[in-house]
Amino acid sequence: MNTTIAFLGQFGDAIEFIFNERESPAGGAQVGGLGEFWELTWEHLKLSAAAMAIACALSIPLGLWLGHIGKGAFLAINASNVGRAVPSLALIAFFVAYIGVGFENLTLALVLLAIPPILTNAYTGVRQVERDTVDAARGMGMTGAQIVRRVELPLSLPLIFGGIRISGVNVVATATIAPLAGVITLGDPIINVNTYGDEGRLAAAIVVALLAVATEVVLGLVQRAVTPRGLKLEAGGSARRLAIPIKRKEATT
Amino acid sequence: MSPLLAQVEIRERDDTCVADNGFCPDWIADNFDRYVDPFFQHVLLTVVAMGIGFAISFTLALVAYRRRWLINPVTQVTGVLYTIPSIAAFFLLLPITGRGFLTATIALVSYVLLIIFRNVLTGLDNVPADIKDAGRGMGLTDRQLLWRVEVPLALPEIMAGLRIAATTTVGLATLAFFAGAGGLGEQIFADITFKSNVVVAGVLAVLLAAALDGLILLAQRAVTPWTRAVSAA
Repeated sequence: MNTTIAFLGQFGDAIEFIFNERESPAGGAQVGGLGEFWELTWEHLKLSAAAMAIACALSIPLGLWLGHIGKGAFLAINASNVGRAVPSLALIAFFVAYIGVGFENLTLALVLLAIPPILTNAYTGVRQVERDTVDAARGMGMTGAQIVRRVELPLSLPLIFGGIRISGVNVVATATIAPLAGVITLGDPIINVNTYGDEGRLAAAIVVALLAVATEVVLGLVQRAVTPRGLKLEAGGSARRLAIPIKRKEATT
Repeated sequence: MSPLLAQVEIRERDDTCVADNGFCPDWIADNFDRYVDPFFQHVLLTVVAMGIGFAISFTLALVAYRRRWLINPVTQVTGVLYTIPSIAAFFLLLPITGRGFLTATIALVSYVLLIIFRNVLTGLDNVPADIKDAGRGMGLTDRQLLWRVEVPLALPEIMAGLRIAATTTVGLATLAFFAGAGGLGEQIFADITFKSNVVVAGVLAVLLAAALDGLILLAQRAVTPWTRAVSAA
């Protein structure tokens, strides 16, 4: 009974920390409060969004093109297997040690982290479009570029957004360790616990968890919105399943 | 103050290469033993989390395979667990389970549940209906059908799920030191600007992931001899 109260108490303190600022346990500065959390969240989102935008701009065209010409399967599929094997902490540490700290360098590290699932899913998305459909489009006189834009891209959008969703959640999660590379995100209270105290650390963990779940939900809604109506009917409304495709060979988790 | 932030001084700065935070083969050769214990902590974290995660999600999948209404709730709950970043999960668990191996293991287990659950279920669902009919026709009960026909035929998907879960867990276990459970991540964090340190610990983690992936693949070959026979023919 006592432990129950104790841990509710800690969570209560942490929530209190999010809403009201207080003096740092290290003395001096004021920490916590909605203003500070909003700043940290904004930096967290800015970093994640920058990395995701660059990763999408690079990997979607590449994946579509490789899928269209039917080459580079090894690269496109193994990208995510290799990507999964490299721990995000190791990747960021590598950047800190070899390339440097700061927003740009860290964005680049997160771009590398975000590319594999999107690339693999864009490639797989195009390859799983029925060859008959592509042949029909060609028979109607579409050029290669038209086939990509008007047939292969729309039909692979659900899988592409599945990849974006996986990467997005992963990038938001990894941005938590950004303070190691000198970028002050929501991970700051977690890593600099001396300044923020235990309540601050728990508070940041709560906000990070909520932010990741919100990212997953929002990207899931976008994924549903971009799924062509015909595909939704065919799949019986199971667009959710596409988010974490199952078979290792087909797409990435 | 906090044990987490007690940065460990892991080197003497008498060597220029080391003082410059360089990549120093000599230092690595002399100090490799620093990485042995964290490596085995990492292996233990990964293997224990995988074992428990598999036991839970395999059971859930077998139950949900017969009682289909369970699929959605299980997917949603494990989906939320999968989405919560492990670093946040460690600190959310701290007030409940305290610092250490237990907290790290719970967070890692919660992460692999969805991956394995989905793959087991897909594997079972992909067993062709006529094979099941043939099994029933031979007089197998539901239980016999499950263990002698459906589970063996689902093994390729199950093992694929285990491979994904294993590589992911090795990666997440690098953050387990935040929960006070050590591992290779603790070494990385202890001196993140020192190239030699980052490379050795990072490469060990990647090699561990690759080794587990390879081992599970070998195990899959061993338990599904028929797939080999088909591809050889």
